[in-house]
Amino acid sequence: MEVTLKTAQQLRLTEEEFELIKQKLGRVPNFNELCAFSGMWSEHCSYKNSIKWLKTLPREGGRMLVKAGEENAGLMDIGDGLGVVFKIESHNHPSAIEPFQGAATGVGGIHRDIFTMGARPIASLNSLRFGKLEEDKTQHLLAGVVHGIGHYGNCFGVPTVGGEIYFDQCYHTNPLVNAMSVGIVKAGETVSATAEGIGNPVMFVGSATGKDGIGGASFASADITAESAQDLPAVQVGDPFQEKKLLEACLEVIQTGAVVGMQDMGAAGIICSTSEMSAKGQSGMRIDLDKVPTRQKNMKAWELLLSESQERMLLVAKKGREAEVQAVFDKWDLPCSVIGEVTGDGILNFYMHGELEASLPAHDLVLGGGAPQYDREYKEPAYFEKVKQFDASAIPVPADLKAVAEQLIKLPSIASKRWIYTQYDSMVGTVNTSTNEPTDAPLVLVKGTTKGLAVTTDCNSRYVYADPYKGAMIAVSEAARNIVCSGGQPLGVTNCLNFGNPYDPEVYYQFVHAIKGMGEACRKFDTPVTGGNVSFYNQNPDGPVNPTPTIGMVGLLENINDKMTLDFKNEGDLIYLLGVLNNDISCSEYLHSIRGVKYSAAPYFNIDEEYALQQKLAVLIRDKKIHSAHDLSEGGLFVTLCEAGFNRELGFSIQTQSGLRKDAFLYGEAQSRVLVTVPVTKAKEFEAAMGGFPCEKIGVVSGGEVTVDGDFWGTIDWWKDEYDNAIENYLSKEEAGSALSSI
Amino acid sequence: MKFGVVVFPGSNCDRDMYDALKYDLGQNVSMLWHKDRDLSKFNTEDCIILPGGFSYGDYLRCGAIARFSPMMQSVIEFANAGGKVFGVCNGFQILCESHLLPGGLLRNANQQFVCKNVYITNDTEEVFKIPVAHGEGRYYADEKILDGLEANNQVIFYYCDEEGQITEKANPNGAMRNIAGICNASRNVFGMMPHPERACSAALGNTDGRAIITSLLMTAQLVS
Repeated sequence: MEVTLKTAQQLRLTEEEFELIKQKLGRVPNFNELCAFSGMWSEHCSYKNSIKWLKTLPREGGRMLVKAGEENAGLMDIGDGLGVVFKIESHNHPSAIEPFQGAATGVGGIHRDIFTMGARPIASLNSLRFGKLEEDKTQHLLAGVVHGIGHYGNCFGVPTVGGEIYFDQCYHTNPLVNAMSVGIVKAGETVSATAEGIGNPVMFVGSATGKDGIGGASFASADITAESAQDLPAVQVGDPFQEKKLLEACLEVIQTGAVVGMQDMGAAGIICSTSEMSAKGQSGMRIDLDKVPTRQKNMKAWELLLSESQERMLLVAKKGREAEVQAVFDKWDLPCSVIGEVTGDGILNFYMHGELEASLPAHDLVLGGGAPQYDREYKEPAYFEKVKQFDASAIPVPADLKAVAEQLIKLPSIASKRWIYTQYDSMVGTVNTSTNEPTDAPLVLVKGTTKGLAVTTDCNSRYVYADPYKGAMIAVSEAARNIVCSGGQPLGVTNCLNFGNPYDPEVYYQFVHAIKGMGEACRKFDTPVTGGNVSFYNQNPDGPVNPTPTIGMVGLLENINDKMTLDFKNEGDLIYLLGVLNNDISCSEYLHSIRGVKYSAAPYFNIDEEYALQQKLAVLIRDKKIHSAHDLSEGGLFVTLCEAGFNRELGFSIQTQSGLRKDAFLYGEAQSRVLVTVPVTKAKEFEAAMGGFPCEKIGVVSGGEVTVDGDFWGTIDWWKDEYDNAIENYLSKEEAGSALSSI
Repeated sequence: MKFGVVVFPGSNCDRDMYDALKYDLGQNVSMLWHKDRDLSKFNTEDCIILPGGFSYGDYLRCGAIARFSPMMQSVIEFANAGGKVFGVCNGFQILCESHLLPGGLLRNANQQFVCKNVYITNDTEEVFKIPVAHGEGRYYADEKILDGLEANNQVIFYYCDEEGQITEKANPNGAMRNIAGICNASRNVFGMMPHPERACSAALGNTDGRAIITSLLMTAQLVS
């Protein structure tokens, strides 16, 4: 088959890139080689339109043990000879087409990134975005994604401990499915994704290879259109049982000491793992593709190179110790074959039945090597004008504030996600302490130590849409605030950057400014970005999704007994609001969903005030001055109060503050505020500890009644019912059942 | 007494059970591999545990393949000789598939996996808060078997509400007669869907599972 520019374009390479390939090779590539470049130079693998800006993020320091991007996931020191390995990744495009398998393989892929480094995953989280829940399409996607995450995670046996879900029209065609995994590794037992030692065997372990997922990486690098359903073969199929065995076998094989390097096969399959491991080890490989175990007959070289069949690993072993590796995989009944060897010339030579099918310099294929890096243009989005025109004084304060709260508590983005999280095994592994004692960020035990990890994902994309710079700072700040509220010290960040088409200058503006804001906040909180994932092209003919730079953050508690929970403890405890009171309704769920204002500025935020708040709160928790801490987020103060009351069915009586709009006080989303409770006997001590820090006593915990300015607003049980059942009420039983049975 | 926890490929609560027995209950416990057969170091005072998880992937009926594993042949012999055998969740499913316990576990009535704390009660009317996590936990048997189980006090746990009332609302999966766990007629084989090993550590904020494990397995014989 003759390779032309047209072939390259069909493989989603540009004319400029095709020229560059010819220049690198000094010849016209054959079809197999062109396919390899198509996969490796796709946005998904090469980060070609993002790497310039990603490099501006703080990517080292703190407790980091490897630099960002050098391994499959971030690795940070937590003391006692242990490290935490964590990463978040998107599976948006597959999930838009086939929600069940798309989400399932997203979970499988992120766990592989963790255990390929030698760590045992102990917790997973997910960050999901869908269109409006009223829509049948959304209900279908939601049911499929939730079932897929549960199917894979429950069987694999890692608890899903937390996450976030928002519903907004902008995600109608392009849902977002971001999955995060957190694992623990012993120092000295980490494995690097490298190929070293000439003559060392290259081994292929795990599932046999089929034609599923071919071109997945380049599929994820294009907008979603009406024709996207035809890309269905680009969606992979997952087998969590196989992955569970692969996990145990990989962790066991590391103990033999026979492993030189290991990398999972995710996007762009064999070509990606062979080229990245070789480039890292400054080596090459000779691979016999006909030795790769297949589950379909007559697979061609390019299909074998690009297949994204799941649950596979590439492993480089020490020469002469193949039998030890083989024995472990035999024990777990997993295929394991030597498919080639490490060479010293930096070239990847792929043979099939003795014929050379592709010959490629590893370095030229990879990010940081020969893959292109672009400087995209950007310009301020036109809609910013509408954002600037917002004037809160034109929005009258509603007469019936209680009616607003009744609507707010039932909004799908605010209401209980019970229908979703009860379908995930959140307790397997016996590390999740937040099941019985709720915390702002889920807390998991590090077994064998007194330590705990606080883990969270956060991003309010409406704020980022209104102001990408400030919105991204808020996402980082809220993640850190959740960790501090739970008694943890923020350690580091993994990010999942979900944006529209990078060739759209307005989208790229959002991207650039979100990165700048994220970088500033991460420097402020000393939480380096350890790695992550960029997902562009979350766009369709109606436009892009809101810019959604999801922050996954991990924090450390040296002693789990020093944790802080979010729920009210006793009737009579005093309720204080820490942070600056602000007359702000901007960008709130209240303003957007109930008052119908689409454009408004990001909420009030000052990063120095945020930092001071978190420092203060950490001291209050350390000195045991408070009974509970819960941060204010979507829905504002009233929703926060309810959430704090639900666990023990305690109510509250509060007074609004003079000089503030009542709707801003109750439902505004000004940042950097935390609700705490204090026993009456310790009130003086608490107030003394606060010094001059902004703090208002706003009320008292009640036995169950909810009272605002002396008006009875019902009981906490009533509010809890509204909150708990809202999402179930959207999904009538028949509909949810039929959506699932069709899977 | 000693405990042995069988590890099938796809078991994922094996370590949790091991940790609960060893660290929370201070017991002597070891792991057993599904391809082995040797139970010679266990006597009838000891207990073999079949943990939760997805043995062999459970792509067929849950537990249907595990039943044929080499270790299960030895476990069946061990049970028939009077040794204690305890199955939790997938372990309960395996015990039913192995015919060591009557009945079977069907897909949850609402067709969804469910993970949450539930309450269960026994014939002494104690109430325990214990987590469930399963997609196929709906206990089913014919009326005659159910009558027999109840007549012989072989239902060891019923799903109930916080006050101990056995109600339809408290039933998380549609199990017949709210049955959460049963034992065999000779009271040496026990199976239950809820996970007591997930409620043994003080750090997790729930230790109700300890009493279940000690009263079921560590008393000489369950009093009928």
